[in-house]
Amino acid sequence: MNVEGYVQLIKVGKYSEAVQLIMERLPLPSVLGRICPHPCEYRCRRKDLDDPIAICHLKRFAGDRVNILNLPLPEIPKKNQRVAVIGSGPAGLSCAYHLALRGYEVTIFEALPVTGGMLRVGIPDFRLPKQVLETEINNITRYGVEIKTNAALGRDFTLEDLFNRHYEAVFLGLGCHLGRALGIPGDDAQGVIQGVDFLRLLNLGKKPKVGKNLAVIGGGNVAFDVARSARRLGAETVTIIYRRSREEMPALEEEIEGAICEGINIRYLEAPERVIVENGKVAGLACIRMELGPADSSGRRRPIPIVGSEFVLNVDMIIPAIGQMADLSYLENIGLKTTRFGTLELDPVTYQTSRPGIFAAGDVHTGPWVAIGAIAGGMEAAASIDRYLQGVDLAAGRGPGEAAQAMQKWVEIPLDEEKRDRERMPVLDADVSCSTFEEVARGYTEAQAQAEAARCLKCGVCAECMQCVQACQAGAIDHLMQPQMREFKVGALIVSPGFRPFNAREKVEYGYGRYPNVITSLEFERLLSATGPSEGHVKRPADHRAPKKVAWIQCVGSRDASIGREYCSYVCCMYATKQAVIAKEHDPEVEPTIFFIDMRAQGKGFDRYYERARDQIGVRYIRSMVSRIAEVPKSKNLLISYVDAGGEIQSEEFDLVVLSVGLCPHPQAAQLGNKLGFATNRWGFAENPPLEMVSTSREGIFTCGVFQSPKDIPETVTQASAAAAAAGALLAEARNTMLTVKEFPPERDILHEDPRIGVFVCHCGINIAGVVDVVAVTEYVKTLPDVVYADHYTFSCSTDSLQRMREVIEEQHLNRVVVASCSPRTHEPLFQDNLRQAGLNKYLFEMANIRDQDSWVHQAEPEQATELAKELIRMSVARAAKLEPLPELPFEVDQHALVIGGGISGLTAALTLAEAGYDTTLVENAKELGRIAWKRHYTLEGILVWPYVEKLVHRVLQHSRIEVITEARIVDFSGHIGRFTTIVETKDGRREIPHGATIIATAAVEYEPQEYLYGQHPRVVTQQKFEDLLVKESASVKTAESVVMIQCVGSREPEYPYCSRVCCSYAVRNAIQIKELNPQTRVYILYRDIRTFGFRELYYQKARRLGVQFIRFDRDQKPEVMAAGEVLKVKVFDQNLRVPLVLSADFVALSVALRPNPWAEEVARVYKLPFDADHFFMEAHLKLRPLDFANAGFFLAGLAHGPKFSEERIAQGKGAAARAMGILSKQQMYVGGAVAQVNPDFCVACLSCMRVCPFRVPRFVPEDGVVTIDPAACQGCGICAATCPRKAIEVKHSRDVQCLAKIAAIAGG
Amino acid sequence: MAFVPKIEALICTYCTYTAADMAGAARMQYPATVRIVKYLCTGRIDILHILKAFEAGADAVMVSGCEVGDCHFLEGNLRAQERVEYTKHLLDEIGIGGERLEMFHIGASDAPQWAEAVRQMTERVQALGPNPLTVKRHSEVQVEEKS
Repeated sequence: MNVEGYVQLIKVGKYSEAVQLIMERLPLPSVLGRICPHPCEYRCRRKDLDDPIAICHLKRFAGDRVNILNLPLPEIPKKNQRVAVIGSGPAGLSCAYHLALRGYEVTIFEALPVTGGMLRVGIPDFRLPKQVLETEINNITRYGVEIKTNAALGRDFTLEDLFNRHYEAVFLGLGCHLGRALGIPGDDAQGVIQGVDFLRLLNLGKKPKVGKNLAVIGGGNVAFDVARSARRLGAETVTIIYRRSREEMPALEEEIEGAICEGINIRYLEAPERVIVENGKVAGLACIRMELGPADSSGRRRPIPIVGSEFVLNVDMIIPAIGQMADLSYLENIGLKTTRFGTLELDPVTYQTSRPGIFAAGDVHTGPWVAIGAIAGGMEAAASIDRYLQGVDLAAGRGPGEAAQAMQKWVEIPLDEEKRDRERMPVLDADVSCSTFEEVARGYTEAQAQAEAARCLKCGVCAECMQCVQACQAGAIDHLMQPQMREFKVGALIVSPGFRPFNAREKVEYGYGRYPNVITSLEFERLLSATGPSEGHVKRPADHRAPKKVAWIQCVGSRDASIGREYCSYVCCMYATKQAVIAKEHDPEVEPTIFFIDMRAQGKGFDRYYERARDQIGVRYIRSMVSRIAEVPKSKNLLISYVDAGGEIQSEEFDLVVLSVGLCPHPQAAQLGNKLGFATNRWGFAENPPLEMVSTSREGIFTCGVFQSPKDIPETVTQASAAAAAAGALLAEARNTMLTVKEFPPERDILHEDPRIGVFVCHCGINIAGVVDVVAVTEYVKTLPDVVYADHYTFSCSTDSLQRMREVIEEQHLNRVVVASCSPRTHEPLFQDNLRQAGLNKYLFEMANIRDQDSWVHQAEPEQATELAKELIRMSVARAAKLEPLPELPFEVDQHALVIGGGISGLTAALTLAEAGYDTTLVENAKELGRIAWKRHYTLEGILVWPYVEKLVHRVLQHSRIEVITEARIVDFSGHIGRFTTIVETKDGRREIPHGATIIATAAVEYEPQEYLYGQHPRVVTQQKFEDLLVKESASVKTAESVVMIQCVGSREPEYPYCSRVCCSYAVRNAIQIKELNPQTRVYILYRDIRTFGFRELYYQKARRLGVQFIRFDRDQKPEVMAAGEVLKVKVFDQNLRVPLVLSADFVALSVALRPNPWAEEVARVYKLPFDADHFFMEAHLKLRPLDFANAGFFLAGLAHGPKFSEERIAQGKGAAARAMGILSKQQMYVGGAVAQVNPDFCVACLSCMRVCPFRVPRFVPEDGVVTIDPAACQGCGICAATCPRKAIEVKHSRDVQCLAKIAAIAGG
Repeated sequence: MAFVPKIEALICTYCTYTAADMAGAARMQYPATVRIVKYLCTGRIDILHILKAFEAGADAVMVSGCEVGDCHFLEGNLRAQERVEYTKHLLDEIGIGGERLEMFHIGASDAPQWAEAVRQMTERVQALGPNPLTVKRHSEVQVEEKS
């Protein structure tokens, strides 16, 4: 049963829907809502908080509110197969109902003169009024079920009779109607009557006579129903005798309470011994007291008679109700197998008896049990019968499976959920109830029902109320969809399962989960979001007040050995800074404070952003670790204690604390690695071979994103392309072999036709039609000029509507199409494609957005929305009339790449392209390849770099598809994406290189320091030179007593305010090597922030363990290097200890900045490529398009883009190659379409367009005296057209006549 | 009945048009006063286009592009900004009033700002009253009817 679904529907007053949902499985809602012992309520998760939801009472409420006979019947296709159901109890009714839902012809045969089985003859009216049962059984007959009463199997007909009458399957729902005898002397005396017989007589309307003093034996519901009925029939005293205690009593709690209220005696721990008989009639009952022994097989404690405790009860009528049995005599005769418990033997999954085609369920199978069990059994048996009759395997896919397990996922009970009492069921007063058979429980009022339903915790997330299924007119929602196993044959695999934020609860000292105003950075991000819970206005969770003082605590779950997460998560410093800036910009009252260890702003442009946040926006940065947070109880503010820059302990109160949580791998990532057979590290990140960031330990499997290591968006995007390139190299042979090419008919020439516009108005289900009167709109549209066809469609984007549109284009000879529906952003390509299939040029299409920008935003004003829709369509029609077909001319792509720069990224790009099968020219202006990388010996991880580079250079030089030109200059270029020509000059003269794509990888150079006695003292060297010494002259370094390294030489300076990214790690690497050579050597690293991001952090920690001293200095208080004879002295003010230090040094190693290669100036000038503020090349989008230039056909990689590590440069080289392949893999591309065109007759060569074009496309052609625009290079923005004072430039598809027609069409109508 | 202004919004596809779609997806409600004309980039918007809108009877014109620095075409929104400023002077000169024209910078994710901008512009125009050109035209019509 979908309980949460109907509870939620009741809450919102959708009672019919609730009943329909219940009836998907249960045909008797009102009946079960009264008599069910509701085992479901023991599973309700609200019981963990207070009391379970009153599911049963709510079901009854819904059933009682709705006239079930008026509910619409579903359309069921009939099957001409007949099934006989024996017995009209809950099992039989359920089986019949579910068979009828499947279209079978069902007949129920009932032995008694009335229907309902035990529901009818076993339960008295005061619990279940006959009318309620009657109605719901009548409803089942509405589904086509026929019921024959007074027809007993074995008495009136046999099984063979049924089969002879063309019933193809039989269901046995015989129930347990025989009372179990007491089995004591005298139990056959007059005045002893079985409880079930007594109730049957009563319920058949034959008022049974009752004695004066009555004993009922038993503790079940039957005993209580008998006792309470006897009381109502006039018995003076009614005594229930039960042999165990109240605790073990199986009857419903409300029955026991009802009986006590009605004055019925209940005697516990007593059992009858013999009936005292006088004159054949009952004269008394001899009983014995019991005590409870150890538990028996039922789990209940076994009653044991107490010797000598016999006594006699003065009674004149005895009604045993100690159990029922099934009458199996006929079934045994015909050979069906039974069990030793006196029940029918069935297959536990299929409910089939020992004879095929005969099924059973209910009490005849289980012994006396609850009605809901019988109903469930009947439903399962119906499913089996259906399979049996359809010839399908009865058991396949049934039984408790994974689907059931998947249902066991619940949402946690919210911490702030308040306790609320369950609604009490109103009942008749006891003094009234004991004299009448009127129903005792009166049912919830509407207010009660809705209040009770509102207690539901909705722990199942989607309540599956199925309203969406009905609402979706496209029939797209299927709640029953199951996971499927599919097999794919692939040549390469890319694994990128992403990350999960660190669970802040693991850091208990920060109080996340306990203090409402401590939230995670991800939660804060949602608060900042315009589409977030408070629409972008930051509010504290505790009181929804706008916070003033907000603190960020960095490194929560990062750089933390205490919880085994030593690595740095890379992104937190910058996202915290960003959040602080946005919060402050949104609300200037906010005072943001960030508590941090090192500010890791190593990404491109990050230091500028950080400095702006600190110096201009007013974000306060405090370099201090926060050890714990305490809540101020009344205000719910948070008290943070920290050590300030002066070493003083400070305490400060904040309104809101944001925990900057780190990145963890997906919890199942390691498992995935195991399954796929590649290695993961101890946290579950993918391990990769040296310098190959996108490879895994298994060939053919690649990875990218945070799964490889924590990183920012540009790196993930870059590596995604790199992984694609790596996979593509393996698949080179298979390229273009599995494509299906779409064919279009030739385009109709419409140039000389008058406009014939067809308008398709869309309902979008109810999305538009629910607000806008689409019929009226369509009628109006028919009156517009040039419109020859208009109609409205439920979904204009559906396959059949598109088909119809093509037919209409044909029939009506349309030459323009307007669709009035949703947004062209999402649907224009679909409709344009449809036009092409109908033989129309795709530019003859226009859309009016009457959903996203009309019906959805003006829901309360249907009339105005309708008027607006008319106007929007009128505007679109006006433009459509002016539309022109635009040719897109194909040209052959030069499937040849040009890579500019022979550093490690350029080499990688060239090799990747060549291996993928593309001829590539590599141009370098220096003499040798691999300049920067050559010089580096080791990576931080201790991997030798130069052999890798040597091999790379060798492979490039040897590759048949690569031509290398060194000592070259780029002189000129022309052409456009797919077809460029570059002029290269070498000492041998000029050469033309045709190419389709261009990769810029001009690398970088090292800054040559002017400071710190560099060049003046032989022992002041660059870090790279120092590494050289370490490797080649380790003996001289080994004897050094002290080495001082100075960081940020030429980086993070006012003129060069960027971080060179790699220097911290290289310093740490060299420091470790010194310490490993000679642990006695003192090593000092003078730094500003240590930026060993990601797993590089582990080496920083290793260096500290080895005794490397890290001394922090300020930009305003730089170290001083002084010569002291052969050696040196370094004076530095230690910002952490707040003391000046003087260090002696045998060597001073300077970590120098990386600067853009001067050659890049020439390259940028020739190709008109943009630089960023630091004179590195500027990508098309900082985050999302890190490898692309805004200029089409140009890509960038390596140090030309900004400082980075060798492995990152390699990945970028691969990535840029993949981007270039996107062009090179095409044989043809198209030019034209919506681009600008110069009318040479009007052009006066004022050159305005050349000044304003952001892509520098317009060119002056001296021989013609006018400007020309290359249609392949034009991006279509139209800035030139709006600027041209002579109106000589027109942007096609956005021509002035088209724009003006649309704008002016607001008039009229 | 209160004066329901007619506003034309000339907006770019990458940013503000997306924001307007998002406002719909989030069912943000705003006055039914605005007719959107989609441009690839606000840099395409010619001064003549803006003037045409007023001539056709628009009570106000909104031009809305990407946030500064975020233009898909690098600087189209800045060009638009300059033209809007210039056109405001023209509108002042010819008596329509520059305050009937406004430039906005609304990014793709700024749906609430879009709804707010429409609300603000609607209120502003309600205070200003109808486009003087249409008022004149209305009165001419009335005169003709009388005579």
